[in-house]
Amino acid sequence: MKVNVKVQRFNPEKDKKPSWQSFAVECEPGDRVLDLLNHIKWYMDSTLTYRRSCAHGICGSDAMLINGRNRLACKILVKDLTKDGGTITVEPIRGLKVERDLLVDMEPFFDAYRAVMPFFINDDPAPAGERLQSVEDRAIFDEGTKCILCACCTTSCPIFWVNGRYLGPASIVQAHRFIFDSRDKGSDQRLKVLNQNTGVWRCRTAYNCTEACPREIPITELIEEVKRAVLYQKV
Amino acid sequence: MHHRYDVLVVGAGGAGLMASLYAAKSKNVSVAVISKLYPTRSHTGAAQGGVGAALGNVNEDHWEWHMFDTIKGGDYLTDQDAAEIFSKDVIEAVYELEHMGLPFSRLPNGKIAQRKFGGHTKEYGKSAVERACYAVDRTGHMILQTLYQQNVKAGTTFYNEFQVLDLIIEDSVCKGVIALELSSGEIHTFHAKSVILATGGYGRVFKITSNALSLTGDLMSIYYRKGLPLEDLEFYQFHPTGLAKLGILITEGARGEGGILRNDSGERFMERYAPTIKDLAPRDMVSRSIYREIREGRGVGKEKDAIMLDLTHLPKDIIESRLPDITDFARTYLGVDPVKELVPIQPTAHYAMGGVPTTIDGEALASEDGTLVRGLYAAGEVACVSLHGANRLGTNSLGDLIVFGRRAGLAAAKYAQKAEFETLPNNPEAYSKGLIERLRNGSGTDNVAKIRKELQDSMMMNVGIFRNGKDMEAQVQIVKELQARYKNVSVTDPTARYNTELVEALELGFLLDIAEAMTASALNRKESRGAHDREDFTERNDTEWLKHTMAYRDFNNPGNVILKYKPVVLKGETLHFVPKPRVY
Repeated sequence: MKVNVKVQRFNPEKDKKPSWQSFAVECEPGDRVLDLLNHIKWYMDSTLTYRRSCAHGICGSDAMLINGRNRLACKILVKDLTKDGGTITVEPIRGLKVERDLLVDMEPFFDAYRAVMPFFINDDPAPAGERLQSVEDRAIFDEGTKCILCACCTTSCPIFWVNGRYLGPASIVQAHRFIFDSRDKGSDQRLKVLNQNTGVWRCRTAYNCTEACPREIPITELIEEVKRAVLYQKV
Repeated sequence: MHHRYDVLVVGAGGAGLMASLYAAKSKNVSVAVISKLYPTRSHTGAAQGGVGAALGNVNEDHWEWHMFDTIKGGDYLTDQDAAEIFSKDVIEAVYELEHMGLPFSRLPNGKIAQRKFGGHTKEYGKSAVERACYAVDRTGHMILQTLYQQNVKAGTTFYNEFQVLDLIIEDSVCKGVIALELSSGEIHTFHAKSVILATGGYGRVFKITSNALSLTGDLMSIYYRKGLPLEDLEFYQFHPTGLAKLGILITEGARGEGGILRNDSGERFMERYAPTIKDLAPRDMVSRSIYREIREGRGVGKEKDAIMLDLTHLPKDIIESRLPDITDFARTYLGVDPVKELVPIQPTAHYAMGGVPTTIDGEALASEDGTLVRGLYAAGEVACVSLHGANRLGTNSLGDLIVFGRRAGLAAAKYAQKAEFETLPNNPEAYSKGLIERLRNGSGTDNVAKIRKELQDSMMMNVGIFRNGKDMEAQVQIVKELQARYKNVSVTDPTARYNTELVEALELGFLLDIAEAMTASALNRKESRGAHDREDFTERNDTEWLKHTMAYRDFNNPGNVILKYKPVVLKGETLHFVPKPRVY
């Protein structure tokens, strides 16, 4: 089959503003959008710029706006987007500065991640073996551990578009993963950060994040759980 | 730009992040990590099934059994001193990861859950044992995340998205690293007392691979370009179960949970090849068995070139709770639901047993007689401490990262505490600038992607699972021709920032070097051992070949390789296992 791939292009070394470029690409219905981009880069226009690495949805490099929705280019197949002769549009994720074509500046995203203290805190002496944890306690925070930090959620959030200082859904998911870990003792510090005006109260429950997550994490639900934890300052 | 650090870690996967944590714990040592990706994009995150350690949480287990399995799995090419340290230390290292907050799956008694994996046995081969400590089917993801989190906590300095171009090595002393900052196109000099290489493997030399697009053997190649040896490159593991055509990994944990391989008539064919542990035989044996079935016409699919992985007899909740990610992969990429349908699989290029030769402390070896490149260390897949010998057991790569990443980090820091900064050569960036100039200003028109594809197709055909002298001789010529064509490659994109065309052209140069060394190493080893299976020399030959290959570039004869050998270490500190026929 043949599809028309319409890509947003922007090279700050020569362009004042972004423009669109179309490529007619021969492909199979089971091809990933990443395969199309690779085909364009390798055989049609070597200047096309994007991030990619694992190509199967676990490294989070190739988050982009595909047919108007945030997705991983390696996890969405052509047949799920269009038919023979159809068009697929590809743009950079929104709310982060575009460095070149589909590649954005990830630093503000990782700054927000670091702000919530996304690491295990427990200063008690460790036992000789493992710290025990029940199957049920382990299950409470399982969803958050799936996060690959691709930024699909945060960059689909209208609040984040308006106010880039909002920590955003990805950071709150990371905080949730530790707040609800029975072994962790750093929740008070994290809840203070999340109670600031850049924290959870910015969330207006738009559900965009949950819809965008390529790992199917129920993000809005996790944010609600964090809001309740902040409200009662306990887990 | 010029930077100075006592310890510089190159690569931010499991081994690099473990090394940086441990180097940073040492007193008065400044540490930085450079990576061509963001650390959380590293391929450690793709590991699924588990990390092997004899915790004995489900059934009785001992480090001695793990040591034996590792050596036997490696077809006795494993250095036994490395295997002994490893199987002891990995127990403590797993507990340590748990103390760092790693969310392992749990048993009803609250302990870390463990499951079966290929080649892991009790009582020296009697039956399978639950040794793989796992976190659902994203154990590598959890290890990578946990180690990155700990580095954030420790305040480690990261230089993300820097492509390494050169190692500064003079008179067998490593003095630093030259790298290209992708965001600006600027070349940076990192002056360091010690450098730890942790950049992973080179699966992208093959057509079908589980490896990320970024795994192009960069630092192995750079090491080789310095006239230094690469060890045991002929041993490259094919994982038995990659998703058909795509090569995306389906964890061995799927068979650990009871998954069965079936041919076109539904036969459980592994019973014929490994009667004791069947589908849980080591990877080299299962991969070969699959290909034998396909070759003898018992494959499935349009081209009868795949085999089926059957999970349908397992309870739906086991599949969805313990194997959710691979279930998602099968559904997303093949439209196949493992709960109800069989999943078509093919072996996929997966793991380099060989690499930069090191001591058990991660010190890089400059030759087969044990001389060192002072100040240079390596750990993880880029390195060859020869824990894995001729074939790595499943779960031993994650164990390798944490055990030898830690040892390399400590050793590098200890060295840096005593060493002075060595004087850099005049104009240390000259080679790197020349490399880039050549690619940017070349007048050639050959296409990087076309050469890369020809390399990947031919390596898969000629130096893949089954090998013979004739095909590999042909491959030596093919690689030479591709190298000649590579000289005519030029980068057309003039942009400085994020010039990914330039990066891909550099990576192709690295892959071609690896292919050269790998093919020559494999052609010269006239026996079958572990992952190296020759149709013209079908038996293992301990009399002549119980030794490690050391491949050096022949600078006088471009495209040729000088091969030397060193003996296998056949005893550990307290135990030794005498080579025996390898049956399961």
